[in-house]
Amino acid sequence: MVVRLAVNVVRFIVTFFVATVAVFALMRAIPGDPAQISLGVNASPELLAQTRREFGTDRPLIAQYFDWVSGLPQGHFGVSFVTRRDISDMIADRVQVSLILVILSMIVALLIAVPFGTLAAVRHRRTSGILISGISQLGVAIPGFLAGIMLVVVFAVGLGWLPANGWTPPGQDFGDFASRIVLPVVALASVQGAILTRYVRSAVLEVMSEDYLRTARAKGLGKLEALVRHGLRNASIPVLTVTSIQLAALIIGAVVVERVFVIPGLGSMLLDAVGNRDMLSVQSVVMVLVAITLIINLIVDTLYTVLDPRIRKQA
Amino acid sequence: MSEPTAAESVPQFSLPGLEPGPEPAAVVARRGRRKVSATLIVGAAVVVLVVLAALVSFFWTPYDPVKAFPVDRLQGSSAAHLMGTDRYGRDVFSGILYGARITLMVGLISVGIALVIGTPLGILAGMRGGFTEEATMRGADILLAFPALLVAIMFGAVFGASTTTAMVAIGIGSIPGFARVARSGTLQVMSTEYVLAARASSQNSFRIARRHVLPNIAGMVVVQCSVTFALAVLAEAALSFLGLGTPPPVPSWGRMLQESQQFLGTFPMLAVWPGAAIAVAVLGFNLLGDGLRDKFDPKLNGER
Repeated sequence: MVVRLAVNVVRFIVTFFVATVAVFALMRAIPGDPAQISLGVNASPELLAQTRREFGTDRPLIAQYFDWVSGLPQGHFGVSFVTRRDISDMIADRVQVSLILVILSMIVALLIAVPFGTLAAVRHRRTSGILISGISQLGVAIPGFLAGIMLVVVFAVGLGWLPANGWTPPGQDFGDFASRIVLPVVALASVQGAILTRYVRSAVLEVMSEDYLRTARAKGLGKLEALVRHGLRNASIPVLTVTSIQLAALIIGAVVVERVFVIPGLGSMLLDAVGNRDMLSVQSVVMVLVAITLIINLIVDTLYTVLDPRIRKQA
Repeated sequence: MSEPTAAESVPQFSLPGLEPGPEPAAVVARRGRRKVSATLIVGAAVVVLVVLAALVSFFWTPYDPVKAFPVDRLQGSSAAHLMGTDRYGRDVFSGILYGARITLMVGLISVGIALVIGTPLGILAGMRGGFTEEATMRGADILLAFPALLVAIMFGAVFGASTTTAMVAIGIGSIPGFARVARSGTLQVMSTEYVLAARASSQNSFRIARRHVLPNIAGMVVVQCSVTFALAVLAEAALSFLGLGTPPPVPSWGRMLQESQQFLGTFPMLAVWPGAAIAVAVLGFNLLGDGLRDKFDPKLNGER
């Protein structure tokens, strides 16, 4: 188990650094001198040289890369060439907002998916099971930002129950925070819930055909009791895999949903940076998003060994 | 969104746990065939509808989709304007028809890129094994940490927003899916006796790949195409919505949705039409993918 963890950690580190090279190379493919762009065409040569020194863009690309990468593990991303603000501070603010949104959405999605997916599997030949399958198929086809717009049309504009957009930190005014986060969370969670429902259903269906479940029924347990006591733990492994993949998808989906609801998270920061051609910010936010994705994969890979003794033995 | 994962590629049986033994093969096969058609036919029909909309837009749209008629701005549905008009008086129905063209083009090109690069890489990894396999799959893992939409946002930042940028970025982001599917299929084929026989008779690898591997994994790859197409449609819509996809004035569903945002309170139908178009197209390709999966993998037997 320790060996497996070590292998996973090494893999994580290697993947992360290859990703930094790819992102850095892509971002520096753009023509143009950031100092020139920042100061305009009429800047004096002295000021240009000074600004280049300040930005570090007077140094060779390799040195710039190592400047940037060596700061990453400590969370130092440098100073934006465009806004002249410390990128680390901005990311620290924004990442909290995004994580609240994403984690709440995933919890709600699982609260939808586990019961409904199980129900759809247990009753897979009855109307209720088929109905759940059909609705989840529809939900998968609707992107989160579209669900968000439709929710705004109905609940904010039509019924006027909830604010259409905006963000309040939970520490500042919890009631306001709660009323503003409902629609974005429902938008993200309904789509994710639909996707996960399908996976929970097929995982439970598979477990239901296993011998040990038949044995459990034979010793007198009811269908649901057998499933809860013996089946769900086994069904949880494929579901966990999909949840981790979907969590990564959710983080990206949140980028667009943040735009719909004007939420100041990482997604808005990324899109603002893209709009301002603020490359250092873009590459930093991208690496934060990639790092979050990779860390989730690392945790899930390690969790397998806890959940499934068979994998533990393989390692 | 549903990339085939371990959960799905494992054979599944629709038999409830307590049924006495497997059903006769003929019964299973008959049920399998019948279930296949329902999903497959609905999916194919929806896809054909989108393709027709795109084709029609080449010859005819009720109005010029980019021409503004300020007098007719922000109208509701009527006989003259089936889906009403937007803030410039452009006919929404014409825009939807034209948008189908953009959607399909982005889907086709990006799936094409991922197919042409990912599939051979996956086959190579599966056939060669060893270092080639390790390198390819680690590469795929790294790329997998960059979802198509994130790649597209970065490309938009570097190369500017355009349909081409979106297509290439979505294509690159979709490569790992194809590489994984092709590799796992190839691994299965390589362990069969006819491939052993072919190798024993010292046929070269390229011939084995063409004669034995490719025909056997074709079904899985086609399924991957359909699923990826749905993802590409979603990504294109999201990109255009963010202003990083197809630039104006060319109508695209994502941008129509974005432009509708400021009229949500007064003309919500402006959001409903392009939104419905996106959902219908994605649903069509998802259903088609599911139907094809059932058809090509009889073990799944109409499940899902």
